Parts: sequence; C-alpha cells; structure tokens
Amino acid sequence: MFAYIVRRMFQSVIVLLVVGLVAFSMFRFVGDPIDNMLGQERTQADIERLRTELGLDQPFPVQYFKFLQGAVQGNFGVSYRQGRPVSTIIAERAPATLELAFVSGFLAITLGIALGVFTAIRRQGVAANVIMTISLIGVSLPTFLIGILLIYIFSVELDLLPSFGRGETVKIGNWSTGFLTASGLKALILPAITLGLYQMTLIMRLVRSEMLEVMRADYVRFARARGLSDRVINFRHALKNTLVPVITITGLQLGSIIAFAIITETVFQWPGVGLLFINAIQFVDIPVMAAYLMLISVMFVTINLIVDLLYYAIDPRLRVDARAT
Amino acid sequence: MILRNLMIAASATALMAAGASAETLRWARAGDALTLDPHSQNEGPSHTIRHQMYEPLIIRDVTGAFEPALATEWGPKADDPNVWVFKLREGVKFHDGADFNAEDVVFSFERAKQPNSDMKELIGSITEVRAVDDYTVEIVTDGPNPILPSNLTNLFILDKGWAEANNTVNVQDFEGGEITYATTNANGTGPYVLQSREPDVKTVMVRNDNYWGIDQFPMEVTEIVYTPIQNAATRVAAMLSGEVNFLQDMPVQDIDRVNGADGLMVKQAPQNRVIFFGMNQGADDIEADNVDGKNPLSDVRVRQAMSMAINRDAIKQVVMRGQSQPAGMIAPPFVNGWTSDMDGESTTDLAKAKELMAEAGYADGFSLRLDCPNDRYINDEAICQAAVGMLGQIGVTVNLDAKPKAQHFPLITDGKTDFYMLGWGVPTYDSEYIFNFLVHGREDDIGTWNGTGYQDDALDAKIKSLASNTDLDARNADIADIWRVVQDNALYIPIHHQVLNWGMAEGVGIEVDAEDQPKVKYFTLN
Repeated sequence: MFAYIVRRMFQSVIVLLVVGLVAFSMFRFVGDPIDNMLGQERTQADIERLRTELGLDQPFPVQYFKFLQGAVQGNFGVSYRQGRPVSTIIAERAPATLELAFVSGFLAITLGIALGVFTAIRRQGVAANVIMTISLIGVSLPTFLIGILLIYIFSVELDLLPSFGRGETVKIGNWSTGFLTASGLKALILPAITLGLYQMTLIMRLVRSEMLEVMRADYVRFARARGLSDRVINFRHALKNTLVPVITITGLQLGSIIAFAIITETVFQWPGVGLLFINAIQFVDIPVMAAYLMLISVMFVTINLIVDLLYYAIDPRLRVDARAT
Repeated sequence: MILRNLMIAASATALMAAGASAETLRWARAGDALTLDPHSQNEGPSHTIRHQMYEPLIIRDVTGAFEPALATEWGPKADDPNVWVFKLREGVKFHDGADFNAEDVVFSFERAKQPNSDMKELIGSITEVRAVDDYTVEIVTDGPNPILPSNLTNLFILDKGWAEANNTVNVQDFEGGEITYATTNANGTGPYVLQSREPDVKTVMVRNDNYWGIDQFPMEVTEIVYTPIQNAATRVAAMLSGEVNFLQDMPVQDIDRVNGADGLMVKQAPQNRVIFFGMNQGADDIEADNVDGKNPLSDVRVRQAMSMAINRDAIKQVVMRGQSQPAGMIAPPFVNGWTSDMDGESTTDLAKAKELMAEAGYADGFSLRLDCPNDRYINDEAICQAAVGMLGQIGVTVNLDAKPKAQHFPLITDGKTDFYMLGWGVPTYDSEYIFNFLVHGREDDIGTWNGTGYQDDALDAKIKSLASNTDLDARNADIADIWRVVQDNALYIPIHHQVLNWGMAEGVGIEVDAEDQPKVKYFTLN
C-alpha cells in the first residue's frame, strides 16, 4: 500500500513537471510581452533593458527552472499587467471562482440526479420526454452561447437579473463572498446555470441510463415480487446502485468546472481566476499564465490521485494483485 | 401568481434604486486602469481614470483645445526661448485639504523624470523646473521647445507633503511588482475623489464638492461607478438592460442595436487614430515576395499603384459599416499639419494602377505577404482581407498572415515584415510626433516605428530641426514640405481614420472626444 502511494505520488510530480515544461515552451509563441508593457514612445534601449530585467532574454529551460525555484517557495513572480505578486492576485480571485464552481456543482448534482431518476421512472411520460429533449440543448450548445442567451432573456428582455459582475460582496477575512448580499446572490444565478448546465445534463443522462439498466436487474424484479413499495425499490435499491459510476464521474467533473469556468467568467465578467487567465493570454502575462496552468494541473493531478487511492481502498482485487506481485 | 408578484416587487425595487441614484454615472469599458500612480504606465485607460482625480497643468477639452487646469496662463519667457513660464491657479486644495502651490509642481515634474516613470520620454527635453514664487513656475528645456504644452496634458500633479507622508516619493517599480500607497490611493486636486477600488472589478469615485471649478463646469455627476467589462456582447447587454448608462469601446456591429433601443443613443466622432499599410522600400531584396534579386516595393510606381487599387469607400461601407473616414494621409484630422487636400489625395483607379504596374515592369504582378494584427484595431483582420482582394485585381497576390498584436508589432519594430498594417495616434496633436516615429530613418531612439526602410538625410535633418524651431510659421512651412515628400513618395498607404463611438443613456450629455478620454466634469445628467 505504502509503495503504491509513493509510486503514484512520484508519477504525479513527473506529470506536473512535464506540464510546466510544455507550457513554458509554448509561451514564446503567444507573443512578446514587452510590446504590451511599453508604450509606443519606447526606444530600443528601453526594450533591451526591460527584457533583461524580466529575464526574457534567457532560453526557456532557464526561465522554467527559475519559475520552479520560485514556485517551490510559493513565489510565482510578478504579473506583467498588474504589477503585483501573482500569488496575491490569485488569492484575491479564487473565492469568486470557487463560489461559482460550488454553486454550479451543487445545482448540477442535485438537479441532475433528481431529473435523471424522474426521467428513468416515468420513461414514457410527456414531461420526461420534454426534459430529455431540452437536455439535448444543454449538451450540444456551447457555454458562451448559453450565457449570452440567458443574458439576453433575463437581463435585457425581462430585466430581472444582472448581466455582469458579482454584485455586492462581503469580506470575511481574506475571503470575499457574494453569498451574504441580495445582489451577490442574484448575480450568481445566471453564471451558475451557464457553468453547471452541461454537467447537469451529463449527470442526468448518466443517472437515467444507469437507472434503466438497474431496473432490469434480477434483484429489482425480486424486490417487486416481494411486494416492496415503488418508493423503496426506486430509491433504496435502484438509485443506490446507480450512484457508484455517477460519483466517479462527478469527482472528475468537479475539476473541469473550475478549469472551464474561463468561458463563463469571460461572458459574465465574473472576477475569478478564469477571467484573469484570459486577460493574461491577451497581454502575454507569462507569470500569471504559468501559475494558473500549474495550479490547474496540480488540481487535476490531486483529484486523480485521490480517485486512484479510493479505488485501491474500495476494490479488493487491486490489493490482491499488489500482494501477489 | 406568486411569481408575478415577486416580479412586480423586484421591478419596483429596481425602479426605486434607479430613482435614488439618478446622478450616478455607471460607466463601463473594455479595460481597467493598470495602476493609479500618476507617473507609472503611460496608457489610455489608466490616464482616463486618473483624469477624474488628478489634474495636470493644462488639459484638453472635448474639442482637443487646450484649457487651463492647474495653470491659468503660460507662455515662453520673453528674453529666453528655452524657458516656459506657467502661472498657477491660486486657492486650489488637494482632496486631503493640503494647499496646492509651486512646490508641488516642481516635486511632480521631478518625480515624473525618475527612471521608473513611464512619462519620462514625454518630458525628456526638460532640464529643470524651478519655482519662482508660490504660484509661478519656470520650465527650462535643453533647447527651444515650441510644443512643450502638448506634452504636459497627461502629466499629473500630486501633493509633495502627501507623497512624503505616505512614502510614495518614488514612482512604483511596476515591472518589479512594487505596490506603493499611490498605486491604490489617490490624492489629487481633481473633480472626483476616490472612494473604493478593486482592480479589474470596480472603481467608485464621488464628487469633490471643494473643487475649484465646481461652478465653472457642469459637474452634475455626483458618483462614478466604473466597471470594466471585457466581453463585447456582455458590455452591450449591460447597456441595453440599463445597468450601465455610459459605454466606451462600443462594438461596431451593435451600434444600430443600441441606437434603436429606447432611451439609448450612440454619439460618434473621428478618433485620434489613422490606419495604414507600411511597405519595406529600403531593402534591395525582400523575403516575403516571389521576385528574386530586386524589391518591387522600392519602385514608387508600384507603391502608388497599390494605393490606387485600394477602394477605401468599399472598406468603409462593407467592412466598417460606415464607421470610418477614408484617409489620404497618415495624420488624424485635428493634428497640426493635416490638410483636407492631402487627406483627399487617395483615389481608386484600377486602370491607372495597372498602367503604373506595367511601367514598373510588373505587368504580371508579384506575390507578397501582408502581416496584420487581429485584436488591435477595429475590424483589423477584415480590412486586410478586403485589401487582399483589391490588390489581387492589379496582379499583386497577397498572402495574409493575421495574428494577435503581441506577435504582430514585434515584426515591425524588429524589421521582420515587408508589408504590414499599423495604426497611429498622435497625443501631441502635432505632425512632428508622426515624423519622429514613422518618417525619420530608423535609429536607436528615433524612427523606431518606421518599418519602411526609408531614409533621407536631408529630410531627417529637417525633421530634427522642427523640435527647436520657435518661428511657428516657418515651422509649419517645414511640416508642409515634409508631408509633400511623404505623399509624393507614397511612403505609406493610408486606409482610414477610425471613428469613436460612445454609448449613453438619455440624459447623459457629453460630446465624444477624439482622445477617447472622457472627463466626467464636463458631463451633464438629468
């Protein structure tokens, strides 16, 4: 068991290093940050001076090594665009993204499971068919289009919800939250739906098909034969067995909700890390891009590590194999 | 039913909220100020925000004309052409109550000349700033500088005492990530006082009721809420839904939409930015073409033919949806040296263009690569695409290479492109600025944006002499001569002047200013 964990940790570190290396080798194709940083009145001497100051005249493996040196000590450098330490900026922006991800994840799971069960049980019903049809929209329409559509309906036409921003926020320590004000909660609705819609329809369709599968299983038929009520059969027996694959998928999707908040955040001008990343790309803000990519890969690697370890704990066969070798 | 009641209640509260904040300017544009430090980052959106809180000695009003701000009178000293004398406004106070006087001006100029300052190039000719008395300042330059005031309109004055007390005597080291008190706080003499600021999210300012000009200007906005909204569609939606009542960076395709909406309108004016193509005519042979051993662009007839092939009206109608003004010279209309005659010199004449091509020995044409940005100017890539088709008609086969600005502009400054798009704005409103960067041969600190390879020693000497020529009539004659050379050589292919569009709710009264620098003290609101 211990050897397995060590091995997996080691693999994770290698993955992180490779991600960083690929990222750094790509940065020079994004463009020259110097050009955005100095105005049109700059001279060649200014350009050379700044390039040396930022270390951009060095080959990318050297730049990467320097980045790693700092990153290990928690120092991600200074943003070219904002002129402030990247770690501070990300810490400021993280609450907005995490709150958005939390709400949309919550919506996706609860609604996804509820609607999935409903459409599986009432397979032939009109309502179930309507839901299934609508869910196709959620899977097939791109996020930015859904976002703009929602803005158009609820902000421009109905004038009910704000089209951009986070509303009023309240500071608790270093954490700025939008949960405590009316405008903050209102501002959350549209982005959360936009971000969670795809995951919701995915979970719903997954639950539905798993559930249909399970309903055909022998033990459900025996349960029916025993005269158990529909409620007990549906929720205690069928749903429970449905949830195993759903939980696996949901865990992995949680990572992508945070990572892919980029588009939703751009559409709604949501002041989170995704918007920060988009700004960084346009400005060629290398320190911010590097830190963001590393953080996202750390997140994915950690989630995968936990999932693997959980399998190890849950599935006895893995342990048997390990002992045999 | 419950839902409907809720909706009525919600809209009622919304109405009440709108009523209570009737004098709030809710202002959105694509980007935010990078820092509040008045001398760090010489950049449009940063200056715009600073202009509400800080003031320079002189500002430009909405028409671009000089207007006294912290200085009331100015002029060259009678007996010494190297010195400018500024009389300062008396009785002005900073936001924290401190008095404004000559000491603050001297301090601010010295601060702006520090190595970390981004304003130092603009005032590079200044050797000394001295206080004669409390309300008179003399600025000494390294030679006569007839257009010095043009370089001072974004040079903000801050309080010496405040800077010392808050440890911000030095300009922040922006690239080094330094944050000083002045990065996030402001203490100017301006019409609005900073209330709160979250970079890239929201900046709130309230009216300075002790402002010296409170009776002189409308000053009808009591609160400014500034929000950057990056996504163009969301920005327009925020205006359509009434969350924003003043919008900069209006997307061209949404102008009709906003104009058609109840209670909204779009005002426009020519912008201080001209769009043109540059051609590498100095090299003996160029890489981006298919002609070996010689450079077709070095022949003036080819350059003239290419310019004649461009149908500027078609670009205006189809690509820009009417939002441009065809150009015949590479100077925006209000710049000293611009003439309507020269700006009308571009004509479209395919027959003549083909004739010129044949005369130059390129009857069968040649091929060429055009480098173009795709995220810098309004519809930049689409303009290039249109030009590709038009040049094809005279046999010039153009391969378009469009890329983000961060990759495009280094090509020009590094001399790696032979045919490129560039846009130019003139902060000093004088042709000398254009000549220095675009016409003078490329040297270390002059001609830095001249990617044409053009160099003429006599012309360069003439350009350099403009800087110290105090005889304004003779100077203007020289400017006209230089323009004639630029025009006759078809140094560049002018395309058009960009048009600025500001969206505003009914009741917001302001004219569009060419610098894209709204100054809220001029706004009316009802």
